[in-house]
Formats: sequence, C-alpha cells, structure tokens
Amino acid sequence: MAEIGASAPGLAAPDTREPVHPFDALPPNHPPLLVAQPWQRVRVYVWEVPVRITHWVTVTCVIILSLTGGYIADPFLIPAGGETMGIVRFIHMLTAYVFVASGIVRTYWLFRGNRFARWQAFIPTNRRHLNEFVSQTEWYLFIRRELPGILGHNALAAATYMVVFFLFAVQTGTGFALEAQRGATVVTSLFSWMNDLFGVQTVRLVHHLVMWAILAFMIHHVYAALLIDHIEKNGLMSSIFSGFKFATRRDVAKARDGGIELEEMLK
Amino acid sequence: MGGAATNRSGPVPVGGDGSPPAPDPTEQAHGAHGRAREPAGTNGEDSILQFLAARGISRRAFLRFCGAMAAALALPAGYGPQIAKALSTAPRIPLVWLEGQDCAGNTEGFLRASHPTVAELVLDTLSLNYHETIMAPAGRAAEKSLSDTITASPGQYIAVVEGAVPVAEDGTYCLIAGRTFRSMVEEVCGKALLTITVGTCAFDGGLPAASGGPTGAAGVAAIVPGAKVVNLPGCPMNVQNLTATIVHYLTFGALPATDSLGRPYFAYGQLLHDQCERRAHFDAGEYVLSWGDEGSRKGWCLYKMGCKGPETFANCPTVRFNDRTSWPVKAGHGCVGCTMPRFWDQMSPFYRRLSNPPGFAVDVTADQIGLGLVGAVAALSVAHGTVSYVRARRAGDHEAAGESGPVPTIVLPEPGEPGAGAPPTSPPGASGGGEVS
Repeated sequence: MAEIGASAPGLAAPDTREPVHPFDALPPNHPPLLVAQPWQRVRVYVWEVPVRITHWVTVTCVIILSLTGGYIADPFLIPAGGETMGIVRFIHMLTAYVFVASGIVRTYWLFRGNRFARWQAFIPTNRRHLNEFVSQTEWYLFIRRELPGILGHNALAAATYMVVFFLFAVQTGTGFALEAQRGATVVTSLFSWMNDLFGVQTVRLVHHLVMWAILAFMIHHVYAALLIDHIEKNGLMSSIFSGFKFATRRDVAKARDGGIELEEMLK
Repeated sequence: MGGAATNRSGPVPVGGDGSPPAPDPTEQAHGAHGRAREPAGTNGEDSILQFLAARGISRRAFLRFCGAMAAALALPAGYGPQIAKALSTAPRIPLVWLEGQDCAGNTEGFLRASHPTVAELVLDTLSLNYHETIMAPAGRAAEKSLSDTITASPGQYIAVVEGAVPVAEDGTYCLIAGRTFRSMVEEVCGKALLTITVGTCAFDGGLPAASGGPTGAAGVAAIVPGAKVVNLPGCPMNVQNLTATIVHYLTFGALPATDSLGRPYFAYGQLLHDQCERRAHFDAGEYVLSWGDEGSRKGWCLYKMGCKGPETFANCPTVRFNDRTSWPVKAGHGCVGCTMPRFWDQMSPFYRRLSNPPGFAVDVTADQIGLGLVGAVAALSVAHGTVSYVRARRAGDHEAAGESGPVPTIVLPEPGEPGAGAPPTSPPGASGGGEVS
C-alpha cells in the first residue's frame, strides 16, 4: 500500500507556501480539514492492470477493425492474386471477438475495480458529480480557469465514455447481426433480430457511421488527454501506461473521487 | 417464349365464349373429397399423370421433372419417386390467381415456366379457374368463375396473389369489378386452402409501398393475418420456386418450412452471395470498378458496383431464370436484393454498397458525413488547443512539474468506494495492489 516511490528530480527546498483549506468546494457543513504540505506531489495508483490492458486492447482493436472494416466496405486494393478479402474479413471477425472479450473484462471490472474504475465513477450519484458537468464544460469553453478536482474520470469524460461504451455495444450488435447472415452461430444468432427489425442495409449503415463516430471520439480523446496532461502536469498521459498519477496532496484531498482519507494511506 | 405460350393455350380452363369453365364438374367432385391432396381413390380421369400423357408428356420426362423438384426442394434423390407417386395420384386442385397493384411480371414469369411444359402443366392441371390476365372470359363471366370456385369448394382451392394490396382511402386505389382488391383478398385468401404470394409486392407491398407511395400498399400476410400464407418474393419470383412449393404441398400435404418472413427455406434459406458463381473473385479481392472495364470482361465480382448479393437470401444462382439460362449477376449486373423486405428503400442506391444516411441531401454518402465529423473534431481540437496554449502562456502559471524529495505513493486498498465501508488501510491490495511501483 503505502510505499515510497522513486524520488522525483527537482528542488529539495522545503515547501513554504501557505497551507490551504482543501475542502473549500465541499458542502458548507463539512468540517474544514487541513492537509500537511499541500503542494507536495504524491503518487496515486489510479488505473489498475485490467483497466490499462483493456484500454490498449480496445485501441488496437478499434484501429484494426476500422482498417479492415474500411476495406470490407470499399475494397481499395485490387490485388494481383491471393484471397485478400477473405483474409481481411477473417481478421475483422477475429479482432471483433478479441474486442468483445476485452469489453467483457472491462464490464466485469465496472463492479470489481477500484473507485476510479467502478460504475459509480461513470454514473452521477451525487450533486457534486452532477455539478461537475457544468464546471468541466465551462472549463472547456474557457469560462472557468480552474479544473474541477478529480483523480480519475471527470464527469464529462465519464459521460462521454458511457456514450462510447454504448457505441461499442452498437458496433458489436450490428456487427454480429451482419455476420449472422452468413449462417447464425450461437453468438451471432443473438443479434440477428436486428436484421428483421431494421433491415440489413440499415444495420450496415449504422455499423459504418458508428465507426466514424468512434474515430472522431478517438481524436477528441487523445487531444483532451494531452491538453489536461499539459495543464495539470500530473502525469495523465503516462498514467495509462503506468497506472499512477502524480497529484498534489491538496488535489488528492480536494478531488471528488479523492478525499482526506487517502492521506491515511500515505506512510 | 413462343413455345410456352402456344403450348399453354389449351389448358386455360375456360371456354372461349365466356361460359362457366369446363372443368367445373371435376372441381365439385374434388370439393367432395375433402383434403385435396389425399389420394382420393386415384380417379383416373383427373390424375396428373394421365393428364400429362394426354398432352404428350412421357413418363420419363415426368420422372425427370420429379427428380428436379426433389433437388429444388433440397430433398434426397430418393424422394423423386415419392413425388412422382404423389403427383400422379393427386387430384386437381382449383387455383385462383389474383392480381392487385402489380405489373404482371410474375404472370410473365409463370407463362415462362421452365422445366419445359411439365411444370407448366403441373401448374395448369391445378385447374386454373381464375386469372385476370390470361383467362378467356371477361366481365361478369370472369367474376362468376371466381365466385363459383369460392362457393363450390370453400377451403379447397389454392389462392395465388400477385401485387400489393392498397389500404389507404379504403382501398379505392385498386378496384376490380367495382370491388376493392382488399376485400377480394380478404375473402378469397380467407377461405383458401392456402395462399401463395408471388412477387415482392404481394410479399410486403413492394414498389407501391416504397417510400413516397400514396396508396398505403401492404402485403397479403398483413391483410389476412389468419390465412396460411407462403411468400415467394422476387421481382419477379422464380416460377421454379412456385412449382416446387406446390409440388411439396401435393407430396407431403404440408407447406414447406419457412423462415420468419414466411419464405420457404428451400428457396430463401441461403445467402445469394454464398451460391454466386463470382464468389471466388469476391474473396480474392477482384472487383469490377466500372461498367465495361477489364474486370467486367473477366467476370469479376460486382461488389463495388453495388451488388446486394451479400445481404440477399434467394436461390437465383442455382435455379436461374428462363429455363436455367441466366440470372442477373451472370448477365453482368449486380443483385438488387429484390427478395428482401422493403427492398426498394432498403437496397437503394442499387449501384452503391451502402445506403445514404437519411436526413441529408440525397447524394451525401455515409463516408462524407463520417469524414466531415472526424475533420470537424480534429479542427476543433486544433483550435481549442491553440487557444488553450495562448491562455496558458498569458496566465503564466507555470507550476513546477517536479517537486522536492521522494514521492509518497497512494495505492487504494480493497476496491471499495467510500460508501462501501471498506477498511481504509488493512486489507492486502487484492485488486492489483501489488503493482510494481
């Protein structure tokens, strides 16, 4: 638990800044608490192994699925021979199953993971979480200068991920429905009702458009991560590799998903 | 075509003068026999075999036809004799053919029944009592032969319906003898032994029901929900499938197994794409890129020309049309998916793989929208990033990235969130807590 990480390079001088009330954003009846050395950075283990693995498996799958799916939709290579389309479709389906497996692991981890990975991190359960939608949006619109305190996903990002999870589910369902035409298997037959209900070509169109939506999300996602990493300087980008974020004690205490009790875990 | 047309002038079962149809007595005899397909004592005069013999069809040709039917129905070859037996003892069932909102394309297909004359005669020996396009009588005499059939043998005749049923404006978009087609379908199909819809219009409304159609066209199954309906969609349907469906009924006394849309599995059970003779070119990535190009001359796959074979269930590649001569893809044109529900809307544009998203201009493709979306997000990110950078520079709040000394580490214990009452410290970090630092 409490372990001393590698020492960060930098100044060795003691922090001379004033202690602050970390909970000034909390409800008024909350007892004010002081944090010792509020500007000292601590390492917080945010993203657990399953979160990071499923993240990168998903990234890889989305790239492979988009490339192969783009080829299936509009074969842009006319090869000299071989069985190009056959291979591409095989890769597409194989990758789809990996993608689904990753999704199942991540869904399981919604109920098993730490506070940053659990479903409560995505669905607002209190007013502070709800208000964060506004404050985070204001921050993006340059209306507010200070980012809402958060260690894991901010409310806006979490809501976006919910939409993305939904899009993933849509892609899975429509993809299996399209595949079910070739002769339903146990898995694909679960989704073949879509073809009857909406029509195959509508299913195909949705599958295609959602791919673009996911690619658009990816661009936004990378940009937002770079931006906030740059503003907060808390190692956000590296956290999806290492799992750790570097937040000040003040930020840990103030964060909606942080809290003074995390200090207890520091030894 | 000429041969078929001349050959079949005889069996149209009505006198040229518009008098009640000649075969009436036999019909009534069948009416008394109950279930039409039961051997019924193999009354020699009517049995199909004798009828065929009288028309110069040899037993050999007949057996060959039965074998072909067994194949069409995906039955083992051993069923050929059983079909022959059933057909040769089957009494003639009256058949009425209704036409609603249609182009008579299925009638044309019917007149060109392949497996020459035999199948045609099998259909004809069903005692075709009423068929607006090809029957001899007209006016009241024609309507009389329909009402005679219904009253003489209720529940003992087969109804074949071609064309959609308009329901808007009380069905007045299609009137026959002053009567709405809808009421006609309701009466005729409601009392029929079984109903076979031929063509896509009778299946789900087809062209009249396509987007923009004002007539509220619907398929027969939707109009007469209680009727026993087999759908043979297609534009037109393949008459081979109609013959096989009837042969199946005559042989087994039951309709062939159908899918959720009421289409027989033997004809609509497999993806057209999987039976296509150009399929190997699809897998190889060899596609026609424009009409008349090299790939087109080599007979490559029509996928990129908008062929809808990969989403269409039909047996066109194996059964083909016009005496097994050809079918669209063999002739060099992609499939348009005419056996599928709402195909005019669903499968268009016919020359592109993907439908265009609704709500945009008609020629805006999904890829244009997708690329526009991705481009817009990218442009927004660049713009937002520029503003953020400038603001950060102005504000000058450059907090030192590196802080002093060793960095203490917080690793959450057991994955409890605050409300779960997880003990703050003690439990060993089960959930990946042992992660390397």
